[in-house]
Amino acid sequence: MSGQALGAPGVSAAEPATGRHDLAGTGVLYRLALRRDRIALPVWLYVGTGMVASTVFSFRKLYGDAASRRTFAAGVDGNGSLRALYGPIFDGSTTGGLTAWRMGVFGAVLAALMSTLLVVRHTRAEEEDGRLELIGAGAVGRRAPLTAALAAALTANAALAALVAATLLAAGQDAAGALAFGLALGTAGLFFAALAAVTAQLAETGRAANGLAGAAIGAAFVLRAIGDSGTGAGWVGWLSPLGWSEQVRAFAGNRWWVLLPPLAGAALLTALARALVGRRDLGAGLLPQRPGPAAAAPGLASAAALARRLQRGPLLGWTLALAAGGAVFGGVAKGVVDLIGDNRQMAEVLARMGGQQGVLDAYLSSIAGVFGMVAAAYAVQAVLRMRAEEVSGRAEPVLAGAVSRSRWAAGHLLFPLLGTALPLAAAGVTAGLAEGLALGGGTGTAVGRMLGATLVQLPAVWLTAAVALAAYALLPRRAAAGWTGFGVFVLVSWLGPVLRLPQGVLDLSPFSHLPHLPGGRFDAAPLLWITALTALTSAAALAGLRRRDLG
Amino acid sequence: MTTAISVSGLVKTFGRTRALDGLDLTVEQGEVHGFLGPNGSGKSTTIRVLLGLLRADSGSAVLLGGDPWRDAVPLHRRLAYVPGDVTLWRNLSGGEAIDLLGRLRGGLDPARRTALLERFELDPTKKGRAYSKGNRQKVALVAAFASDVDLLILDEPTSGLDPLMEEVFRECVAEARDRGATVLLSSHILSEVEALCDRVSIIRAGRTVETGTLADLRHLTRTSIDAELAGPPPRPGYVHDLAVDGHRLRCQVDTDRLGDLLTELNTVGVRTLASRPPTLEELFLRHYASDAGGTTDPGGTTDPGGATGPGTGEPSAAVAR
Repeated sequence: MSGQALGAPGVSAAEPATGRHDLAGTGVLYRLALRRDRIALPVWLYVGTGMVASTVFSFRKLYGDAASRRTFAAGVDGNGSLRALYGPIFDGSTTGGLTAWRMGVFGAVLAALMSTLLVVRHTRAEEEDGRLELIGAGAVGRRAPLTAALAAALTANAALAALVAATLLAAGQDAAGALAFGLALGTAGLFFAALAAVTAQLAETGRAANGLAGAAIGAAFVLRAIGDSGTGAGWVGWLSPLGWSEQVRAFAGNRWWVLLPPLAGAALLTALARALVGRRDLGAGLLPQRPGPAAAAPGLASAAALARRLQRGPLLGWTLALAAGGAVFGGVAKGVVDLIGDNRQMAEVLARMGGQQGVLDAYLSSIAGVFGMVAAAYAVQAVLRMRAEEVSGRAEPVLAGAVSRSRWAAGHLLFPLLGTALPLAAAGVTAGLAEGLALGGGTGTAVGRMLGATLVQLPAVWLTAAVALAAYALLPRRAAAGWTGFGVFVLVSWLGPVLRLPQGVLDLSPFSHLPHLPGGRFDAAPLLWITALTALTSAAALAGLRRRDLG
Repeated sequence: MTTAISVSGLVKTFGRTRALDGLDLTVEQGEVHGFLGPNGSGKSTTIRVLLGLLRADSGSAVLLGGDPWRDAVPLHRRLAYVPGDVTLWRNLSGGEAIDLLGRLRGGLDPARRTALLERFELDPTKKGRAYSKGNRQKVALVAAFASDVDLLILDEPTSGLDPLMEEVFRECVAEARDRGATVLLSSHILSEVEALCDRVSIIRAGRTVETGTLADLRHLTRTSIDAELAGPPPRPGYVHDLAVDGHRLRCQVDTDRLGDLLTELNTVGVRTLASRPPTLEELFLRHYASDAGGTTDPGGTTDPGGATGPGTGEPSAAVAR
């Protein structure tokens, strides 16, 4: 009796790969994944669809007739740096064609990021946190979590494709082109979802799995940029899944068969990921993990030193990203100026955002503003690291040491306050260098001008960080509160000028009060009062943090 | 003896939940004090108040002569804390975490650190996430025991340890006491508390229900008696669960009436006598039995092996205090 009972599990263990038990529980896990992402996924879809919508409507408004569209397209085609950034324009005669050009690569990157984060979140990150162990102990097949995550990614990408196509249709564009464009983005997302499924098997941590997949997205972007820059190596672009997505040529012939390579790639990668799942232990990766030092360096002796250790990696990452962004957007300055010079309405919008007569200065000042907002996002993230430390329970043993709350907070706050200068300075230097080289002016002056333009953003970045700090200190239960201030500021300052919001609304964002550099008049007064407001907000937040319950 | 921890009438609410409801706790210097209670009874909340992480709504708490909220930093130099659920930084090795936690309270003894790593069989080169729950706990324990502190606050510190490591842990607690340190050991493992603690406080729903030395508390419990007599056994009214079978008598007796019962038995004449001292478990069950509502009757009157089985804890129905 008992021998039979014991024998039963042994039999099923002997043939693990063939049984259909392998996928048991997939449906439940799939619904769980969608439920857990019920906020994140709609936000991604909204951002993706919204970007396409704003692009198609602004092209319709700014380049209303075919002649102006052709001039624009010819301008882009003659500019290698713009082609490297966005890809070539296959048919510039229609608004749909221009939208496909402008959003093709970036939309595919967005779909790739959404899919990567989604798949890793539901596979490796779950495994790392030990939740998959709990699930795996239930009647759940070995490959069910992976399959459920990929099914959720398929759902997300299908929804993105459908929404994008519907948006373009609603904007009065050709139906076949709209569908081709939506599918080009969706299949790119699917490819990278399957790629992330593989990296989730290789790396032992969610962060590393995201890093590997992110590096692949970056490499795909670079390959495509080389292929599109017009240096005669066009075939290089075909090595990149992002290149496939643009080669679908939506609104310019709709080459449906190009949807096959990403689908075939996704199928191959999925098979690989499934094979890898069967070969490894739960919790283990295929890439080895390096051991750390047995003892701490003498410097790791204070809460501030710990904060430095925890925060230096992200700071380095954001600095590199902004330096790269500076190089790219500085490098295309010439192309943008040439393009905009031809279009009065576009120049007007830029001038409202930048307030400058010179189109170049207006462009540079507007990208400096964008860098400021990206740095503000970093600052909010750096502030909220404190919350992560508190919620995870890691802050507790630190604060049970001889460490006051103020010192603990100060160690972390060094990064959103002083640390933010680093990515901004990096972006200023690379943007100035690239712009100076491209335009053939003196690089020294260009760098100086851009450095000033990016660093002048600092007070507004600080205030965003201080608002996040206040939310963390005073509303500890509201996880998202830290991002609210940032969201409002970005919405007002970024979209406000385009939507022609009243000045009273624009004034809500500290970014609206900054001097418009380069070119604009430098006025120290707003910088001083924004800084003073930062100091007041931070002091109130720290006082609240000292008073409240922790943990 | 001076007092290391003195808490009285402590109240802490979270929204509508009353986590602490007038809790009292006194820990003398140099003793190992067991802090007993089931999950959710308020042990960790009390400890967090003592660490200055939470601010009590009312009541007083004095820790090593200071105010745990106001004097947190100087007080923390003199204590080490091991949380019940240890989380580590994913990019720090265990060794780095041990050194960091030790240095944050003013340094640790390197020789003792090395010895403890060996005794707990802990590999300090692994990164935080690679440790199992038990090994994460060992990281915090090594950091705590390697520090020269006056007070150790240990919140269910052995929940992830295997029996061998639990033994090492017990040795470490004993050594800490021999050094003169005070230990507050929160636990729901009775054998651990029985083996280690000089005094215990039992809490329930945020309130202290019993406190004293183990000997004190045993006075409140009952001893099991199994005797074979020369003649027909007496039937005293003060014993519980009396079972008479010929000349054999089995019953439970309140410890303070034990002497009376023995006198009565002696007058009949005792052939064999087996008595089992009360365990802390019985005491514990008594205090939590009212929640269970008398669902567990071990049937001590009918089961002849009952005297040695684990189920002879006083059935809840018999609680009469």
